[in-house]
Parts: sequence; C-alpha cells; structure tokens
Amino acid sequence: MDIFGIPIPALMGQLMLGIVNGSFYAVLSLGLAIIFGVLKIVNFAHGAFFMLGAFTAFLLAQYMGANYWMTLAIAPLAVALFGMAFEFLFLRRLYGLDPIYGLLLTFSLVLVLEGGFRVAFGSSGQPFATPELLRGTIDLGFMILPLYRGFVIVSALLLCLATWFIIERTSLGASLRAATERSELTQAFGINVPRLVTLTYGVGVGLAAFAGVLAAPIFHVNPSMGSSLVIIIFAVVVIGGLGSIMGAIVAGLGLGVVEGFTRVFYSEFSSTIVFLVMVLVLLLRPAGLFGREEG
Amino acid sequence: MHLRYLSVPLLILGLAALLAVPFFPQLVYSIFIMKMLCFVLFACAFNLLLGHTGILSFGHAAFFGTGAYITGQLVKAYGVPTELGILAGGLVAAALGAIVGALAIRRSGIYLAMITLALSQLVFFFFLQAPFTGAEDGLQRIPRGTFLGVIDLANDTALYYVVVGIVGAGLWLVWRTVNSPFGHVLRAIREHEPRAISLGYPVARYKVLVFTLSAGLSGIAGSLKAIIFQLAALYDAHWHTSGDVILMTLLGGMNTVFGPAVGAALVSTLNHYLDPFGAWVTVITGLVFMACILTFRQGVVGQLGQLYRTRKSSAPAATPQPRPHSHPQ
Repeated sequence: MDIFGIPIPALMGQLMLGIVNGSFYAVLSLGLAIIFGVLKIVNFAHGAFFMLGAFTAFLLAQYMGANYWMTLAIAPLAVALFGMAFEFLFLRRLYGLDPIYGLLLTFSLVLVLEGGFRVAFGSSGQPFATPELLRGTIDLGFMILPLYRGFVIVSALLLCLATWFIIERTSLGASLRAATERSELTQAFGINVPRLVTLTYGVGVGLAAFAGVLAAPIFHVNPSMGSSLVIIIFAVVVIGGLGSIMGAIVAGLGLGVVEGFTRVFYSEFSSTIVFLVMVLVLLLRPAGLFGREEG
Repeated sequence: MHLRYLSVPLLILGLAALLAVPFFPQLVYSIFIMKMLCFVLFACAFNLLLGHTGILSFGHAAFFGTGAYITGQLVKAYGVPTELGILAGGLVAAALGAIVGALAIRRSGIYLAMITLALSQLVFFFFLQAPFTGAEDGLQRIPRGTFLGVIDLANDTALYYVVVGIVGAGLWLVWRTVNSPFGHVLRAIREHEPRAISLGYPVARYKVLVFTLSAGLSGIAGSLKAIIFQLAALYDAHWHTSGDVILMTLLGGMNTVFGPAVGAALVSTLNHYLDPFGAWVTVITGLVFMACILTFRQGVVGQLGQLYRTRKSSAPAATPQPRPHSHPQ
C-alpha cells in the first residue's frame, strides 16, 4: 500500500523519526521558554547543556561504570547544579541590563564548553550503548518501532506534561508565574525571588541535560551535537511564541513531524523546512502561533 | 576638542603604518593584514546595526558568506572582472539584507536576534547544498584576476593596496552614514523608538535601509576575503562567524564609530597567533568574550574615551553606562 507513491512503512518510519526529534525539540524549547519567562534571558547555552548532559552520561558510564538509569538520574542533576552555579556567579550580574547581554554571555559559555570538550575528546563522536532493557523492537502492526525510540517519545512527553503541571497547577508554579509577571511584588510577598530564579535556571538546564542523556544512544556523543540543535530550537520557539509553555511543546513536536515528512517527500529541504515555516509564521502571525503580542 | 588634536596624528600614523606593511615582509605577513582589514570592514558595517541603531543581528555571517560565494562564483565560473565581481557580491548581499531585514524587524530585541540567526542558518544550508559551492570543500581556486583591467592582483603587494583602498572607502561610507542626518535618526530609533515613530519618522523603512547598507558592506568584506584567499568556505557563512563579529564589535566598543575596527584587529591577531593551539582558540575566545561582557561592556575604545573625558573634565566620574533598554517594558 502506498501513499503518493511512498510505501507506508517508509512513511511511518520517517514519521516516527520526526516524532523522536520533535520530542527533543519539545523538551529543549520548554526549558528555554521557562528560563526566558523568569529570567528574560535567551539561553544560548541550551544546546551546550544538552551536550553536557550527554557527555556527563557518557563519562559516568565509561569511568564510573554507571548503568543507563543511574546516568539518566545523575547527569541532569549534575548539569543543573553547574547551571545554577553559572547563574549565581555570572548571569546574575546582567539582570536589569539589555537582555541581549544575557544572550551574549550564554553564547560565550557555548564557546568555552564546546571548545573545552573538543580539546579533551576531539570532534568525532563517542558511541553510547542503548540500555539492555530497551534493545528490542515492538511490532505495532503498521510499523516496527525500536523500543528505545518509543521510550524516548513517552518519557519526553511525560516530562513535558509534568513540567506543565508543576507550573500551572502547584503553588511553586504559582509563585514562579507571579515572579514572571511582577518580580518586585512577588518579593514583597515574602517569596525569595533570586533563589527562585536560580532554581528556574537549574530546572531549565536540567531539562536540556535530560534530553541530552535521552539523545546519547541515538546520536553520537560529540561536542557540537547541541549547537546545531539550538538554532532549530530558536526557530521552534519563535514559531510557538516565546512566552508560551504549551506553544513550546506543541510547536516542538509539530515541527519534528513536519521535518520527518519533508524528508520523505523532498529531502533537500528537510534541514531548512523549520526555518521556512518560521518565515511564514513571522509573516502571518509575528507573535508566534501561541504567543501574545507584548504591549 | 583635544581628542581631535590627538586623533588626527594617530590616524595619520596608523595609515602610514598600514601603507608601509608590504615593505616589511619579514615583520608582518601582508595576507594576514588583508584578512584583518576585511574583518575591520565587516565589524564596522555590523556596528551600524548594533551600536548605532540598537539592533542585534545574529546572522551577519550570511551576508559575509554570500559576498564571498557570489564573487567567487562570478569570477571563477563566468570570468567576470574582479572589481565587478566584488561589486556584485556586495549588491547581492545587500539585496539579501533587505529581505532578512524586512522579515526580522517584524519583531525586536531578542526575538530579532533569534530570527536573524535562523535565517542565516537557512542561507548556510543553501551554500551547503547548492550545486556550485563545493559543499564542505568550499569554492576553491578562485582566480584573483586584474583590477580595472590594469593592476595584476596575483601580486600580493598590488592586491594589498587595492584592499586598503576598498576597505578605506567602505569605512568612509560608514563614517559618513553615522555622521549624517540619516545616522541621527538611527540613533533616535536606538534611544527611544516610540518617540521616533511619534515624530513621524518611518522607522521600519529606516531599519530596513540600514540593514541593507550594513549587509552590503559586510558582503563586500566577504568578497574581498574570497579574492585574497582565493577561497569561499562554509565557515564564512557559519554562525561562528556571526559570533566572531559580535565579539569584535563588543571588544572594540559599540558606541564608537571605529571601535569595532580595533576589536577586529585584536580578535584577528588573537586568532592568528593562537592558531597552533587548535581548539583552544575557541575556549580562549569564549573567555575573552565573557570577561568583556561582564566587566567592560563599553569596549576598549569606549573605555579609553571615557577615561580621557573623565580626566579632562575633573567632574564626578561618569559611571559606566550600559546601553539603555532598546525596548522598555
């Protein structure tokens, strides 16, 4: 059976790849959106933290003999701590200035991290084994799904939903949203806003690192694995609307799927389609699909 | 006033040193100075946007790369005279700048930076996949040709003076733009955009125009680089190059006209002499960048100028003024 001359298994295969990529986009742009919401800083280093997550997992597995599940728990925490230290020591000094300086400082962090890992490990990729438990495939009837990819999709979605739930439905999330809207007033109510800000940066960065560990068995672990991704994430975030958490999730997944289909029908465009969609969205809805025009 | 007395001799001295370079091949490598001059023009053109209009473009490598590839292809494959090739590179880059600018200024501030970055990535992928660009290898063996049909550019010394001339003309254009009524309106937009709008200035048109000009000059810088090295490479259009030009501008001082030139010279020198250390260059560049943003946001020239002013007018030292919010909430 064919659709437009493309056999269904091939189509489904690309669709699945698209959803896997979309899951990464969703988790990463979610973290970016949370950080932007509270800090008003575009975290250029988001891709570098993604890479850092993957490398931490790789190093833990290589030198400490940690199994996959341990790395999945430890690496994001370690990276989150590193991110919080960075926020506390450096990023904090730039609040109140033009947000562009925040973008540039995080950009310089990318140079340092990427360059550092390139010095230490070279540019080529390091292989990372898929965990024993998730090595098989599962037959869904219309396609064969590698178990690990299914695991990536499910855990990324769960993570997104959990984050959304925490922000929209818990009291911690409520103070977070309050700090986003009026940070002085929130502070006056006795909430420690600076600590909340540090925590937020840690969570956002931890999300990126989690995605990095998830990605490690699929992509090779290499120093520039994050930087090509982060530009796509920027486009995703412009499309979704930067303030919006749901926008980040939906646009991330959606664009992954769009990219997958493009690879089937017109593969030359698959690396640029996201940017073309961004141009289209900018022309029709400059504030993004889910964003509000700020006053 | 005194600053002017000081700066004229300095300028003459600098120019004399620049013109003397080919006579001292054992001291400086003239190709390296030519490369530096390309980045000087690139950074000053870029600063028309960042410093003088308050627009951060994170995709200027797209224009630099476009200039390089267009000139390279025209000269190599179609035998176009070199000077026309360079002109065409600038014009195509300017046209691209008009398109990118028109799209990007639909948002402002941080969004604009992300949009320009994404669009430049689009351009990067174009050069990666287009049939004529040689993908990863780049466009190689571009003939230098002759300038205006008489000067043989295969001779490094002749090429050097042509490059100095073109870069000089480009810098003059930047200086002239900044000190024109047009430049004043740009600064008004930077300082208080809503007010500029309420005064009746067609702000969007001004922004697109300065974007076009900046992109065109960046394109010429790229074209020159392609002629000098006889190579148009993917790195020219890579976002790392966009980052480099921002660093040059910040390091030199973005609220000055020629600060970025100093920054470009510093960064090029750093890259040149750190080259043997391989990947360490990136780390060191990153650290310099970080220190620059955290401690002296006015850049080298900005800081020197301020030092000079505070010493002259023993008035209370002006506190370092970061650029004001271009878009107050």
